[in-house]
Amino acid sequence: MKTTTQEDLLAKEGMARRSFLKFAGAGAIAAGVVATASSCQKHGGVVGDPNAIDLGTGDIAVLNYAYALEQLEAAFYTQVISSPYTNITTDERNLLTDIRDHEVAHREFFKTALGGNAIAGLTPNFSKINFADRTSVLSYAKAFEDLGVAAYNGAGYLIKSADYLTLAGKIVSVEARHAALIRLLLGIAIEEDTIVNVSGSGLELSQTPQQVLGQANQFLSGKPLIAPNLM
Amino acid sequence: MNLLNLIEDIQTADPEFKDRISPRRAAIKNITSFGTKVAAAALPFAFSTLFKKAYGQTATRSVNDVLNFALTAEIAELGLYNTALGRTNLIPAQDRPAITLLRDVETKHVTFLKLVLGSNISSTNAGLSFAANTPNFDYTGNKGSANTATAPFPTVFTDYNIFLAVANAFEDTGVRAYKGQAPFLLGNQTVLTAALNIHSVEARHAAFLRRLRAIRSGAAIKPWITGDGATASGVPAGTLAGTTAAFVYAGEANTTQAGVNIAGFVSTSAAQESFDEPLTTDQVLSILTNFIKA
Repeated sequence: MKTTTQEDLLAKEGMARRSFLKFAGAGAIAAGVVATASSCQKHGGVVGDPNAIDLGTGDIAVLNYAYALEQLEAAFYTQVISSPYTNITTDERNLLTDIRDHEVAHREFFKTALGGNAIAGLTPNFSKINFADRTSVLSYAKAFEDLGVAAYNGAGYLIKSADYLTLAGKIVSVEARHAALIRLLLGIAIEEDTIVNVSGSGLELSQTPQQVLGQANQFLSGKPLIAPNLM
Repeated sequence: MNLLNLIEDIQTADPEFKDRISPRRAAIKNITSFGTKVAAAALPFAFSTLFKKAYGQTATRSVNDVLNFALTAEIAELGLYNTALGRTNLIPAQDRPAITLLRDVETKHVTFLKLVLGSNISSTNAGLSFAANTPNFDYTGNKGSANTATAPFPTVFTDYNIFLAVANAFEDTGVRAYKGQAPFLLGNQTVLTAALNIHSVEARHAAFLRRLRAIRSGAAIKPWITGDGATASGVPAGTLAGTTAAFVYAGEANTTQAGVNIAGFVSTSAAQESFDEPLTTDQVLSILTNFIKA
């Protein structure tokens, strides 16, 4: 990919670039410019590998990483509510509707915040999930929520802006709340050694972006997500 | 909006302004030189962030400060669970395994934090007047006063629903406290990741307790935090307990994130619930102070 200067990007991206700055805040302006100048990608464009969607570099990559996971979760719960499983109770429907709305809020937040730096809308592939079956739906819900928590926790240290870190923190605890509730609906322990080191440190088991993307890509049609700069 | 004039005006009113924002001077310089390229509409938010940084919580805290602060919160939680589990008629048999699990995990957090701190454990934890190993708590929220009329939660160890409400408040405070400390650990792979890995566990605990309360007593409370009043705490407003609980949820009615109006995408309550808000160090200490004998 040819080198793109900061001015070129600013000229090309116009309003989208401005909306990102609005989000970024004073402390992050300088960092944001550097990130944009070095990312050489826009609108989910591809750098290097034409068969994959590169999340970019720096904080933009972390935000796109979160945006991708929130897209998956929002799409999942949207389908859960539009075609509820057999014998869903009113209580369960209310709770799952709340969760859908939270995930939609997260997705739309990242989309707006990223502006022209956002990856494209993803096409989920939920063919493994039996949406008519309660256990199937809640088991995948548990998997998505636990994965989301592990993903945010594992990417936190890669974030360079304190404001973004706080935002990620604001979201991850809500994902953890979802995870706990889903586990209660399934009638299983709220913590077990597969997700929280209950028998050791008592800490959640965070995962690296590379680990998480390997799992997330199983639920996507089309090009897989890659994040070579999130190491 | 003329930023340079505004900065000069502030400088007149507050001679220390430039010192307060010292680490951010480079950012200000960027604003002024960048001015023509940034839409005017972007500036108010950018500038308000700058102010928050200059006048908000203390600019820097050491890693040990953060860890000692976390240890204080964990010891407070642990003491609550230990005392409750020691009472024979408080926790119903079917709930004992779950409450025991919460206690055991908090024990591990305390052990972990002490291990990481080593010889750096503060004897005056986070400015509170008790030693790390000799906590002296009053879980009725009465600062150790013998006057039970002023206690927000006098039945914390005799009424299971009240115990759950207090535990719930401690866990949610823990979630918000860790969140508020995270920026002090920016970029620290080991300690920040560990803190985040405790933070999410606290959130799991909080959601569990909230759900248990809703099922047991029909409390109008969700696993997530709705607003900043009785819908957030599940404790009646207008009572001593409600007043105390309100501090725990200050700021949770926020529906704007980084200048983005979340209520434009979903309902107001969903917008409030979908983002948990941080508490500053001072806010957390003012909550904890109620539960520590003066």
